[in-house]
Amino acid sequence: MIVALENVSKTFANGTTALSGMSLTVGAGEFISLLGPSGCGKSTALRILAGLTSASAGTIRWAEDGVDHRAELGFVFQEPTLMPWATAFDNVWLPLRLKGVSRAAAEPRIRQVLDMVGLGDFHASFPRELSGGMKMRVSIARALVTKPKLLLMDEPFAALDEITRFKLNNDLLRLQAAEGFTVVFVTHSVFESVYLSSRIVVMAARPGRVVAEIAVDEPRPRSEAFRTSAAYADSCRVVSHALHGAIGADDHL
Amino acid sequence: MATPPKPGFDHQRWIIPLALFIVVIALWEIWVRVAQIPHYILPTPSRVAATLIADWPVLFSSLLVTLSTTLQGLALALIGGVGLAILFTQSRLIENALYPYAVILQVTPVIAIAPLLLIYMPQPAAVLTCAWLVAFFPILTNTTQGLKSADHNLQDLFDLYGASGWQKLWHLKLKAALPYFLTGLKIGGVLSLIGAVVAEIAAGSAGAGSGLAYRIVESQYRLNIARLFAALTLLSVTGIVLFLFLSWFSNRLLASWHESAREREV
Ligand SMILES: Nc1ncnc2c1ncn2[C@@H]1O[C@H](COP(=O)(O)OP(=O)(O)OP(=O)(O)O)[C@@H](O)[C@H]1O
Ligand SMILES: [Mg+2]
Repeated sequence: MIVALENVSKTFANGTTALSGMSLTVGAGEFISLLGPSGCGKSTALRILAGLTSASAGTIRWAEDGVDHRAELGFVFQEPTLMPWATAFDNVWLPLRLKGVSRAAAEPRIRQVLDMVGLGDFHASFPRELSGGMKMRVSIARALVTKPKLLLMDEPFAALDEITRFKLNNDLLRLQAAEGFTVVFVTHSVFESVYLSSRIVVMAARPGRVVAEIAVDEPRPRSEAFRTSAAYADSCRVVSHALHGAIGADDHL
Repeated sequence: MATPPKPGFDHQRWIIPLALFIVVIALWEIWVRVAQIPHYILPTPSRVAATLIADWPVLFSSLLVTLSTTLQGLALALIGGVGLAILFTQSRLIENALYPYAVILQVTPVIAIAPLLLIYMPQPAAVLTCAWLVAFFPILTNTTQGLKSADHNLQDLFDLYGASGWQKLWHLKLKAALPYFLTGLKIGGVLSLIGAVVAEIAAGSAGAGSGLAYRIVESQYRLNIARLFAALTLLSVTGIVLFLFLSWFSNRLLASWHESAREREV
Protein backbone atom coordinates (compact mmCIF):
# COMPACT_ATOMS: atom_id res chain seq x y z
CA MET A 1 0.00 0.00 0.00
CA ILE A 2 1.11 3.55 -0.71
CA VAL A 3 -1.75 5.59 0.64
CA ALA A 4 -5.29 5.02 1.82
CA LEU A 5 -8.29 7.29 2.24
CA GLU A 6 -10.41 6.11 5.16
CA ASN A 7 -13.95 7.41 5.43
CA VAL A 8 -12.92 10.73 3.98
CA SER A 9 -15.56 13.43 3.66
CA LYS A 10 -15.27 16.90 2.25
CA THR A 11 -17.74 19.72 2.71
CA PHE A 12 -16.77 23.04 1.16
CA ALA A 13 -17.28 26.36 2.89
CA ASN A 14 -20.38 27.00 0.78
CA GLY A 15 -22.01 23.83 2.13
CA THR A 16 -21.45 21.58 -0.90
CA THR A 17 -20.65 18.05 0.20
CA ALA A 18 -18.23 16.88 -2.45
CA LEU A 19 -17.28 13.60 -0.79
CA SER A 20 -19.02 11.55 1.83
CA GLY A 21 -17.30 8.64 3.53
CA MET A 22 -14.96 7.72 0.71
CA SER A 23 -12.48 4.92 1.28
CA LEU A 24 -9.82 3.98 -1.20
CA THR A 25 -6.61 2.02 -0.81
CA VAL A 26 -3.90 2.67 -3.37
CA GLY A 27 -1.48 -0.24 -3.65
CA ALA A 28 2.03 0.04 -5.05
CA GLY A 29 2.17 -0.46 -8.80
CA GLU A 30 -1.57 -0.15 -9.31
CA PHE A 31 -3.26 1.88 -12.02
CA ILE A 32 -6.51 3.05 -10.49
CA SER A 33 -9.12 4.99 -12.42
CA LEU A 34 -11.74 7.14 -10.70
CA LEU A 35 -14.77 7.07 -12.95
CA GLY A 36 -18.04 8.85 -12.37
CA PRO A 37 -20.43 11.58 -13.45
CA SER A 38 -19.46 15.21 -13.32
CA GLY A 39 -19.49 16.61 -9.80
CA CYS A 40 -19.06 13.29 -7.97
CA GLY A 41 -15.89 14.48 -6.28
CA LYS A 42 -13.18 12.85 -8.41
CA SER A 43 -11.05 15.97 -8.56
CA THR A 44 -11.68 16.63 -4.89
CA ALA A 45 -10.47 13.13 -3.97
CA LEU A 46 -7.33 13.66 -6.07
CA ARG A 47 -6.67 17.06 -4.53
CA ILE A 48 -7.05 15.58 -1.04
CA LEU A 49 -4.49 12.90 -1.94
CA ALA A 50 -2.14 15.63 -3.17
CA GLY A 51 -2.64 17.70 -0.02
CA LEU A 52 -4.00 20.61 -2.06
CA THR A 53 -7.32 20.41 -0.20
CA SER A 54 -7.86 19.22 3.35
CA ALA A 55 -10.47 16.62 4.24
CA SER A 56 -13.32 17.69 6.52
CA ALA A 57 -13.46 14.27 8.16
CA GLY A 58 -11.71 10.91 7.91
CA THR A 59 -8.04 10.07 7.65
CA ILE A 60 -5.42 9.88 4.93
CA ARG A 61 -2.94 7.19 5.84
CA TRP A 62 0.45 6.96 4.14
CA ALA A 63 2.53 3.79 4.22
CA GLU A 64 5.48 5.63 5.69
CA ASP A 65 5.09 8.23 8.38
CA GLY A 66 7.33 11.19 8.95
CA VAL A 67 8.39 11.78 5.35
CA ASP A 68 7.27 14.59 3.05
CA HIS A 69 4.71 12.77 0.96
CA ARG A 70 4.39 15.62 -1.47
CA ALA A 71 7.96 14.93 -2.57
CA GLU A 72 6.77 11.55 -3.87
CA LEU A 73 3.88 12.92 -5.89
CA GLY A 74 3.41 14.01 -9.46
CA PHE A 75 0.29 15.82 -10.58
CA VAL A 76 -1.07 16.22 -14.10
CA PHE A 77 -4.03 18.53 -14.70
CA GLN A 78 -6.64 18.43 -17.44
CA GLU A 79 -4.96 21.45 -19.02
CA PRO A 80 -1.22 21.17 -19.66
CA THR A 81 -0.73 24.05 -17.16
CA LEU A 82 2.66 25.06 -18.51
CA MET A 83 4.36 28.37 -17.90
CA PRO A 84 3.99 30.16 -21.25
CA TRP A 85 7.17 32.19 -20.69
CA ALA A 86 9.37 29.13 -20.27
CA THR A 87 10.65 26.56 -22.78
CA ALA A 88 9.70 22.90 -22.56
CA PHE A 89 13.06 22.29 -20.88
CA ASP A 90 12.54 24.99 -18.28
CA ASN A 91 8.97 23.90 -17.63
CA VAL A 92 10.19 20.39 -16.86
CA TRP A 93 12.99 21.82 -14.73
CA LEU A 94 10.48 23.64 -12.47
CA PRO A 95 9.86 20.96 -9.79
CA LEU A 96 13.59 20.41 -9.37
CA ARG A 97 14.35 24.11 -9.53
CA LEU A 98 11.93 24.77 -6.67
CA LYS A 99 13.86 22.23 -4.65
CA GLY A 100 17.07 24.08 -5.37
CA VAL A 101 18.51 21.82 -8.09
CA SER A 102 20.60 23.81 -10.57
CA ARG A 103 19.94 23.68 -14.29
CA ALA A 104 23.16 21.81 -14.92
CA ALA A 105 22.53 19.25 -12.20
CA ALA A 106 18.96 18.72 -13.40
CA GLU A 107 19.83 18.49 -17.07
CA PRO A 108 20.46 14.72 -17.40
CA ARG A 109 17.11 13.87 -15.80
CA ILE A 110 15.28 16.53 -17.81
CA ARG A 111 16.76 15.15 -21.04
CA GLN A 112 15.80 11.67 -19.97
CA VAL A 113 12.13 12.46 -19.27
CA LEU A 114 11.75 14.61 -22.37
CA ASP A 115 13.15 11.71 -24.39
CA MET A 116 10.79 9.33 -22.62
CA VAL A 117 7.75 11.35 -23.65
CA GLY A 118 9.10 11.67 -27.20
CA LEU A 119 10.02 15.35 -27.08
CA GLY A 120 13.80 14.96 -27.31
CA ASP A 121 13.91 17.50 -30.15
CA PHE A 122 11.71 20.12 -28.53
CA HIS A 123 13.71 21.28 -25.50
CA ALA A 124 13.82 24.88 -26.67
CA SER A 125 10.21 25.13 -27.81
CA PHE A 126 7.81 27.43 -26.03
CA PRO A 127 4.36 26.05 -25.17
CA ARG A 128 2.69 28.12 -27.88
CA GLU A 129 4.83 26.37 -30.47
CA LEU A 130 3.63 22.91 -29.38
CA SER A 131 0.43 21.02 -30.24
CA GLY A 132 -2.08 20.10 -27.54
CA GLY A 133 -0.74 16.56 -27.34
CA MET A 134 2.86 17.76 -27.13
CA LYS A 135 1.99 20.21 -24.37
CA MET A 136 0.39 17.36 -22.42
CA ARG A 137 3.59 15.35 -22.93
CA VAL A 138 5.61 18.20 -21.44
CA SER A 139 3.19 18.24 -18.52
CA ILE A 140 3.71 14.50 -18.00
CA ALA A 141 7.48 14.88 -18.27
CA ARG A 142 7.34 17.61 -15.63
CA ALA A 143 5.35 15.33 -13.31
CA LEU A 144 7.85 12.49 -13.82
CA VAL A 145 11.04 14.49 -13.47
CA THR A 146 11.08 14.07 -9.68
CA LYS A 147 10.73 10.27 -9.99
CA PRO A 148 7.38 10.25 -8.14
CA LYS A 149 6.06 7.10 -6.53
CA LEU A 150 2.49 8.19 -7.12
CA LEU A 151 1.24 10.00 -10.19
CA LEU A 152 -2.11 11.76 -9.84
CA MET A 153 -3.80 12.62 -13.13
CA ASP A 154 -7.02 14.62 -13.40
CA GLU A 155 -8.60 13.92 -16.80
CA PRO A 156 -5.27 14.56 -18.49
CA PHE A 157 -6.38 13.54 -21.97
CA ALA A 158 -9.98 14.78 -21.92
CA ALA A 159 -9.25 17.78 -24.14
CA LEU A 160 -7.35 15.79 -26.78
CA ASP A 161 -8.61 14.16 -29.97
CA GLU A 162 -9.10 10.41 -29.93
CA ILE A 163 -6.02 9.51 -32.00
CA THR A 164 -3.74 11.57 -29.77
CA ARG A 165 -5.47 10.20 -26.71
CA PHE A 166 -4.87 6.58 -27.79
CA LYS A 167 -1.20 7.35 -28.38
CA LEU A 168 -0.81 8.99 -25.02
CA ASN A 169 -2.64 6.06 -23.36
CA ASN A 170 -0.04 3.69 -24.76
CA ASP A 171 2.82 6.01 -23.82
CA LEU A 172 1.52 6.25 -20.29
CA LEU A 173 1.37 2.45 -19.95
CA ARG A 174 4.90 2.18 -21.33
CA LEU A 175 6.18 4.88 -18.95
CA GLN A 176 4.55 3.16 -16.00
CA ALA A 177 6.22 -0.11 -16.91
CA ALA A 178 9.59 1.63 -17.29
CA GLU A 179 9.50 3.87 -14.22
CA GLY A 180 7.34 1.74 -11.93
CA PHE A 181 5.16 4.50 -10.52
CA THR A 182 1.61 4.06 -9.28
CA VAL A 183 -1.22 5.98 -10.94
CA VAL A 184 -4.54 7.39 -9.78
CA PHE A 185 -6.27 8.57 -12.92
CA VAL A 186 -9.51 10.51 -13.20
CA THR A 187 -11.54 10.03 -16.36
CA HIS A 188 -15.05 10.30 -17.79
CA SER A 189 -14.40 7.58 -20.32
CA VAL A 190 -15.36 3.97 -19.64
CA PHE A 191 -13.17 2.84 -22.54
CA GLU A 192 -10.12 4.75 -21.42
CA SER A 193 -10.47 3.51 -17.83
CA VAL A 194 -10.76 -0.14 -18.91
CA TYR A 195 -7.81 0.12 -21.29
CA LEU A 196 -5.49 1.68 -18.72
CA SER A 197 -6.52 0.44 -15.30
CA SER A 198 -5.81 -2.46 -13.09
CA ARG A 199 -8.74 -1.31 -10.97
CA ILE A 200 -11.66 1.00 -11.65
CA VAL A 201 -13.38 2.86 -8.85
CA VAL A 202 -16.89 3.91 -9.88
CA MET A 203 -18.26 6.92 -8.02
CA ALA A 204 -21.70 8.50 -7.70
CA ALA A 205 -22.60 12.10 -6.98
CA ARG A 206 -24.55 13.95 -4.32
CA PRO A 207 -22.90 13.07 -2.12
CA GLY A 208 -19.72 11.87 -3.82
CA ARG A 209 -19.03 8.28 -2.85
CA VAL A 210 -17.65 5.00 -4.17
CA VAL A 211 -20.35 2.70 -5.54
CA ALA A 212 -18.30 -0.06 -7.15
CA GLU A 213 -14.74 -1.28 -7.56
CA ILE A 214 -14.00 -3.37 -10.61
CA ALA A 215 -10.68 -5.09 -11.22
CA VAL A 216 -9.47 -5.40 -14.82
CA ASP A 217 -7.32 -8.50 -14.77
CA GLU A 218 -5.84 -8.33 -18.26
CA PRO A 219 -2.04 -8.60 -17.86
CA ARG A 220 0.15 -5.49 -18.26
CA PRO A 221 1.68 -3.87 -20.19
CA ARG A 222 -1.23 -3.82 -22.58
CA SER A 223 -1.20 -3.18 -26.28
CA GLU A 224 -3.64 -1.98 -28.93
CA ALA A 225 -4.75 -5.60 -29.44
CA PHE A 226 -6.48 -5.38 -26.07
CA ARG A 227 -8.83 -2.70 -27.40
CA THR A 228 -10.39 -5.18 -29.81
CA SER A 229 -10.40 -8.22 -27.52
CA ALA A 230 -13.44 -9.91 -26.00
CA ALA A 231 -12.02 -9.36 -22.49
CA TYR A 232 -11.97 -5.61 -23.17
CA ALA A 233 -15.57 -5.62 -24.39
CA ASP A 234 -16.65 -7.61 -21.33
CA SER A 235 -14.95 -5.24 -18.93
CA CYS A 236 -16.45 -2.23 -20.71
CA ARG A 237 -19.89 -3.76 -20.34
CA VAL A 238 -19.44 -4.39 -16.61
CA VAL A 239 -18.06 -0.91 -15.99
CA SER A 240 -20.76 0.77 -18.09
CA HIS A 241 -23.38 -1.08 -16.15
CA ALA A 242 -21.90 0.05 -12.83
CA LEU A 243 -21.63 3.62 -14.10
CA HIS A 244 -25.24 3.66 -15.23
CA GLY A 245 -26.22 2.42 -11.79
CA ALA A 246 -24.28 5.33 -10.32
CA ILE A 247 -25.89 7.87 -12.65
CA GLY A 248 -29.36 6.34 -12.18
CA ALA A 249 -29.10 6.99 -8.46
CA ASP A 250 -28.83 10.71 -9.24
CA ASP A 251 -32.11 12.25 -10.32
CA HIS A 252 -30.58 15.74 -10.68
CA LEU A 253 -28.73 14.74 -13.82
CA MET B 1 -5.22 35.10 -47.71
CA ALA B 2 -4.74 38.75 -46.88
CA THR B 3 -1.46 39.75 -45.33
CA PRO B 4 -1.75 39.68 -41.55
CA PRO B 5 -1.16 42.81 -39.51
CA LYS B 6 2.44 42.94 -38.35
CA PRO B 7 3.39 44.55 -35.09
CA GLY B 8 6.58 46.11 -36.41
CA PHE B 9 6.21 47.60 -39.84
CA ASP B 10 3.18 47.77 -42.04
CA HIS B 11 2.66 50.03 -45.00
CA GLN B 12 -0.98 50.71 -44.29
CA ARG B 13 -0.25 51.59 -40.70
CA TRP B 14 2.44 54.10 -41.54
CA ILE B 15 1.82 55.49 -45.00
CA ILE B 16 -1.83 56.41 -44.65
CA PRO B 17 -1.49 58.48 -41.46
CA LEU B 18 1.67 60.06 -42.88
CA ALA B 19 -0.07 60.99 -46.12
CA LEU B 20 -2.95 62.46 -44.15
CA PHE B 21 -0.49 64.49 -42.10
CA ILE B 22 1.20 65.91 -45.18
CA VAL B 23 -2.14 66.83 -46.76
CA VAL B 24 -3.36 68.60 -43.61
CA ILE B 25 -0.09 70.55 -43.27
CA ALA B 26 -0.19 71.56 -46.93
CA LEU B 27 -3.80 72.74 -46.67
CA TRP B 28 -2.95 74.69 -43.51
CA GLU B 29 -0.01 76.42 -45.24
CA ILE B 30 -2.08 77.29 -48.31
CA TRP B 31 -5.09 78.49 -46.33
CA VAL B 32 -3.10 80.80 -44.03
CA ARG B 33 -1.32 82.32 -47.05
CA VAL B 34 -4.45 82.73 -49.16
CA ALA B 35 -6.59 84.11 -46.32
CA GLN B 36 -3.67 86.27 -45.16
CA ILE B 37 -4.16 85.35 -41.51
CA PRO B 38 -1.70 87.26 -39.31
CA HIS B 39 1.03 85.06 -37.87
CA TYR B 40 0.22 86.09 -34.29
CA ILE B 41 -3.22 84.47 -34.82
CA LEU B 42 -2.20 81.41 -36.79
CA PRO B 43 1.34 80.96 -38.13
CA THR B 44 2.06 78.87 -41.24
CA PRO B 45 3.65 75.46 -40.67
CA SER B 46 6.77 76.73 -42.41
CA ARG B 47 7.00 79.60 -39.93
CA VAL B 48 6.56 77.15 -37.06
CA ALA B 49 9.37 75.04 -38.49
CA ALA B 50 11.61 78.07 -38.84
CA THR B 51 10.88 79.06 -35.23
CA LEU B 52 11.62 75.54 -34.10
CA ILE B 53 15.07 75.79 -35.67
CA ALA B 54 15.75 79.36 -34.60
CA ASP B 55 14.65 78.80 -30.98
CA TRP B 56 16.11 75.32 -30.78
CA PRO B 57 18.60 76.01 -27.95
CA VAL B 58 15.91 77.38 -25.67
CA LEU B 59 13.29 74.82 -26.63
CA PHE B 60 15.69 71.90 -26.41
CA SER B 61 16.92 72.79 -22.94
CA SER B 62 13.27 73.13 -21.88
CA LEU B 63 12.52 69.77 -23.44
CA LEU B 64 15.29 68.21 -21.39
CA VAL B 65 13.77 69.63 -18.22
CA THR B 66 10.32 68.23 -19.02
CA LEU B 67 11.69 64.92 -20.21
CA SER B 68 13.80 64.47 -17.12
CA THR B 69 10.78 65.20 -14.90
CA THR B 70 8.74 62.72 -16.92
CA LEU B 71 11.30 59.95 -16.67
CA GLN B 72 11.94 60.56 -12.98
CA GLY B 73 8.20 60.55 -12.33
CA LEU B 74 7.87 57.32 -14.28
CA ALA B 75 10.79 55.73 -12.44
CA LEU B 76 9.30 56.64 -9.06
CA ALA B 77 5.89 55.41 -10.21
CA LEU B 78 7.50 52.14 -11.27
CA ILE B 79 9.13 51.61 -7.91
CA GLY B 80 6.04 52.69 -5.99
CA GLY B 81 3.48 50.97 -8.23
CA VAL B 82 5.24 47.63 -8.50
CA GLY B 83 6.33 47.69 -4.86
CA LEU B 84 2.83 48.43 -3.63
CA ALA B 85 1.32 45.85 -5.99
CA ILE B 86 3.62 43.20 -4.54
CA LEU B 87 2.66 44.29 -1.01
CA PHE B 88 -1.01 44.06 -2.00
CA THR B 89 -0.68 40.46 -3.13
CA GLN B 90 1.28 39.51 -0.02
CA SER B 91 -1.14 41.12 2.42
CA ARG B 92 -4.88 41.55 2.10
CA LEU B 93 -4.81 43.95 5.06
CA ILE B 94 -2.44 46.36 3.36
CA GLU B 95 -4.47 46.24 0.16
CA ASN B 96 -7.72 47.00 1.96
CA ALA B 97 -6.08 49.79 3.93
CA LEU B 98 -4.31 51.56 1.07
CA TYR B 99 -6.24 50.90 -2.12
CA PRO B 100 -9.02 53.45 -1.41
CA TYR B 101 -6.40 56.18 -1.05
CA ALA B 102 -4.76 55.21 -4.31
CA VAL B 103 -8.17 55.57 -5.96
CA ILE B 104 -8.84 58.94 -4.32
CA LEU B 105 -5.47 60.25 -5.53
CA GLN B 106 -6.24 59.03 -9.00
CA VAL B 107 -9.77 60.38 -9.37
CA THR B 108 -8.81 63.85 -8.11
CA PRO B 109 -7.72 65.74 -11.26
CA VAL B 110 -4.01 66.48 -11.14
CA ILE B 111 -4.63 70.00 -12.46
CA ALA B 112 -6.52 70.64 -9.22
CA ILE B 113 -3.84 69.14 -7.00
CA ALA B 114 -0.92 70.93 -8.65
CA PRO B 115 -1.56 74.44 -7.23
CA LEU B 116 -1.80 72.94 -3.76
CA LEU B 117 1.48 71.08 -4.12
CA LEU B 118 3.13 74.25 -5.39
CA ILE B 119 2.29 75.95 -2.13
CA TYR B 120 4.03 73.34 0.01
CA MET B 121 6.88 72.15 -2.19
CA PRO B 122 9.65 73.71 -4.21
CA GLN B 123 8.54 73.94 -7.83
CA PRO B 124 10.62 71.04 -9.29
CA ALA B 125 9.48 68.69 -6.52
CA ALA B 126 5.84 69.65 -7.03
CA VAL B 127 6.08 69.05 -10.79
CA LEU B 128 7.78 65.71 -10.20
CA THR B 129 5.11 64.73 -7.69
CA CYS B 130 2.38 65.43 -10.25
CA ALA B 131 4.14 63.33 -12.90
CA TRP B 132 4.53 60.54 -10.37
CA LEU B 133 0.93 60.82 -9.21
CA VAL B 134 -0.65 60.21 -12.61
CA ALA B 135 1.81 57.52 -13.72
CA PHE B 136 1.57 55.60 -10.48
CA PHE B 137 -2.03 54.41 -10.59
CA PRO B 138 -2.12 52.57 -13.94
CA ILE B 139 1.11 50.81 -13.02
CA LEU B 140 -0.27 49.84 -9.61
CA THR B 141 -3.63 48.54 -10.84
CA ASN B 142 -2.29 46.71 -13.86
CA THR B 143 0.52 45.07 -11.91
CA THR B 144 -1.82 44.10 -9.08
CA GLN B 145 -4.21 42.51 -11.54
CA GLY B 146 -1.32 40.76 -13.25
CA LEU B 147 0.06 39.36 -10.02
CA LYS B 148 -3.37 37.91 -9.28
CA SER B 149 -3.81 36.52 -12.78
CA ALA B 150 -1.39 33.59 -12.37
CA ASP B 151 -3.05 30.33 -13.38
CA HIS B 152 -4.62 28.63 -10.35
CA ASN B 153 -3.48 25.18 -11.34
CA LEU B 154 0.07 26.48 -11.67
CA GLN B 155 -0.24 27.95 -8.19
CA ASP B 156 -1.40 24.55 -6.93
CA LEU B 157 1.56 22.98 -8.66
CA PHE B 158 3.93 25.36 -6.90
CA ASP B 159 2.25 24.43 -3.59
CA LEU B 160 2.60 20.76 -4.41
CA TYR B 161 6.33 21.17 -4.91
CA GLY B 162 6.62 23.05 -1.64
CA ALA B 163 7.48 26.42 -3.17
CA SER B 164 8.02 29.28 -0.72
CA GLY B 165 6.11 32.52 -0.99
CA TRP B 166 9.11 34.20 -2.58
CA GLN B 167 9.58 31.39 -5.10
CA LYS B 168 5.94 31.72 -6.09
CA LEU B 169 6.33 35.46 -6.42
CA TRP B 170 9.52 35.30 -8.43
CA HIS B 171 8.97 32.27 -10.65
CA LEU B 172 5.23 32.56 -11.15
CA LYS B 173 3.43 35.73 -10.18
CA LEU B 174 5.92 38.29 -11.46
CA LYS B 175 6.23 36.44 -14.76
CA ALA B 176 2.48 36.13 -15.14
CA ALA B 177 2.15 39.83 -14.30
CA LEU B 178 4.64 40.96 -16.93
CA PRO B 179 2.16 41.59 -19.80
CA TYR B 180 -0.16 43.48 -17.44
CA PHE B 181 2.72 45.44 -15.96
CA LEU B 182 3.92 46.45 -19.44
CA THR B 183 0.43 47.73 -20.30
CA GLY B 184 0.58 49.81 -17.13
CA LEU B 185 4.05 51.02 -18.07
CA LYS B 186 2.89 52.19 -21.51
CA ILE B 187 -0.06 54.08 -20.06
CA GLY B 188 1.98 55.37 -17.12
CA GLY B 189 4.80 56.62 -19.34
CA VAL B 190 2.51 58.77 -21.42
CA LEU B 191 0.54 59.96 -18.38
CA SER B 192 3.75 60.92 -16.63
CA LEU B 193 4.49 63.35 -19.45
CA ILE B 194 0.98 64.74 -19.18
CA GLY B 195 1.33 65.08 -15.40
CA ALA B 196 4.64 66.93 -15.81
CA VAL B 197 3.14 69.30 -18.41
CA VAL B 198 0.03 70.01 -16.34
CA ALA B 199 2.13 70.83 -13.28
CA GLU B 200 4.52 73.00 -15.30
CA ILE B 201 1.58 74.98 -16.62
CA ALA B 202 0.25 75.45 -13.11
CA ALA B 203 3.74 76.47 -11.97
CA GLY B 204 4.22 78.65 -15.05
CA SER B 205 1.21 80.76 -14.26
CA ALA B 206 2.68 81.16 -10.79
CA GLY B 207 5.68 82.72 -12.42
CA ALA B 208 8.40 80.10 -12.24
CA GLY B 209 9.67 77.20 -14.30
CA SER B 210 11.68 76.39 -17.39
CA GLY B 211 10.08 73.25 -18.87
CA LEU B 212 8.50 72.96 -22.28
CA ALA B 213 5.01 73.63 -20.95
CA TYR B 214 6.29 76.78 -19.32
CA ARG B 215 7.56 77.88 -22.75
CA ILE B 216 4.07 77.36 -24.09
CA VAL B 217 2.49 79.56 -21.42
CA GLU B 218 5.22 82.14 -21.87
CA SER B 219 4.78 82.21 -25.67
CA GLN B 220 1.06 82.66 -25.21
CA TYR B 221 1.58 85.73 -23.02
CA ARG B 222 3.98 87.21 -25.54
CA LEU B 223 1.72 86.33 -28.47
CA ASN B 224 4.61 84.39 -29.97
CA ILE B 225 2.20 81.85 -31.43
CA ALA B 226 4.78 80.33 -33.76
CA ARG B 227 6.93 79.39 -30.80
CA LEU B 228 3.88 78.06 -28.99
CA PHE B 229 3.22 75.75 -31.92
CA ALA B 230 6.91 74.79 -32.07
CA ALA B 231 6.92 73.86 -28.37
CA LEU B 232 3.66 72.00 -28.81
CA THR B 233 5.08 70.04 -31.74
CA LEU B 234 8.12 69.12 -29.71
CA LEU B 235 5.89 67.97 -26.86
CA SER B 236 3.76 65.78 -29.12
CA VAL B 237 6.81 64.25 -30.77
CA THR B 238 8.23 63.52 -27.32
CA GLY B 239 5.00 61.78 -26.30
CA ILE B 240 4.94 59.75 -29.50
CA VAL B 241 8.60 58.74 -29.20
CA LEU B 242 8.06 57.78 -25.56
CA PHE B 243 5.04 55.66 -26.44
CA LEU B 244 6.78 53.99 -29.39
CA PHE B 245 9.81 53.23 -27.27
CA LEU B 246 7.73 51.70 -24.48
CA SER B 247 5.73 49.65 -27.03
CA TRP B 248 8.93 48.41 -28.63
CA PHE B 249 10.39 47.59 -25.24
CA SER B 250 7.26 45.69 -24.21
CA ASN B 251 7.17 43.73 -27.46
CA ARG B 252 10.83 42.83 -26.99
CA LEU B 253 10.23 41.46 -23.52
CA LEU B 254 7.17 39.46 -24.51
CA ALA B 255 8.40 38.40 -27.93
CA SER B 256 9.14 34.81 -27.08
CA TRP B 257 5.93 33.90 -25.36
CA HIS B 258 3.03 36.27 -25.24
CA GLU B 259 0.33 36.19 -27.90
CA SER B 260 -0.06 39.96 -27.98
CA ALA B 261 3.53 40.43 -29.11
CA ARG B 262 3.53 37.77 -31.84
CA GLU B 263 2.70 37.88 -35.47
CA ARG B 264 -0.08 35.49 -36.33
CA GLU B 265 1.33 32.98 -38.73
CA VAL B 266 -0.98 32.06 -41.57
N1 LIG C 1 -13.66 25.01 -4.14
C1 LIG C 1 -14.94 24.57 -4.13
N2 LIG C 1 -15.88 25.23 -3.43
C2 LIG C 1 -17.15 24.79 -3.39
N3 LIG C 1 -17.60 23.70 -4.03
C3 LIG C 1 -16.71 23.00 -4.75
C4 LIG C 1 -15.34 23.39 -4.85
N4 LIG C 1 -14.69 22.50 -5.64
C5 LIG C 1 -15.62 21.61 -6.00
N5 LIG C 1 -16.83 21.89 -5.48
C6 LIG C 1 -18.06 21.11 -5.64
O1 LIG C 1 -17.81 19.80 -5.17
C7 LIG C 1 -18.41 18.85 -6.02
C8 LIG C 1 -17.37 17.89 -6.53
O2 LIG C 1 -16.46 18.61 -7.35
P1 LIG C 1 -15.28 17.90 -8.14
O3 LIG C 1 -14.58 18.96 -8.90
O4 LIG C 1 -14.49 17.09 -7.20
O5 LIG C 1 -16.08 16.95 -9.13
P2 LIG C 1 -15.52 16.07 -10.32
O6 LIG C 1 -16.01 14.69 -10.10
O7 LIG C 1 -14.08 16.26 -10.49
O8 LIG C 1 -16.32 16.69 -11.53
P3 LIG C 1 -15.86 16.82 -13.07
O9 LIG C 1 -15.92 15.47 -13.63
O10 LIG C 1 -16.87 17.75 -13.66
O11 LIG C 1 -14.47 17.39 -13.05
C9 LIG C 1 -19.12 19.62 -7.11
O12 LIG C 1 -20.49 19.71 -6.77
C10 LIG C 1 -18.47 20.97 -7.07
O13 LIG C 1 -19.37 21.95 -7.45
MG1 LIG D 1 -12.87 17.22 -12.01
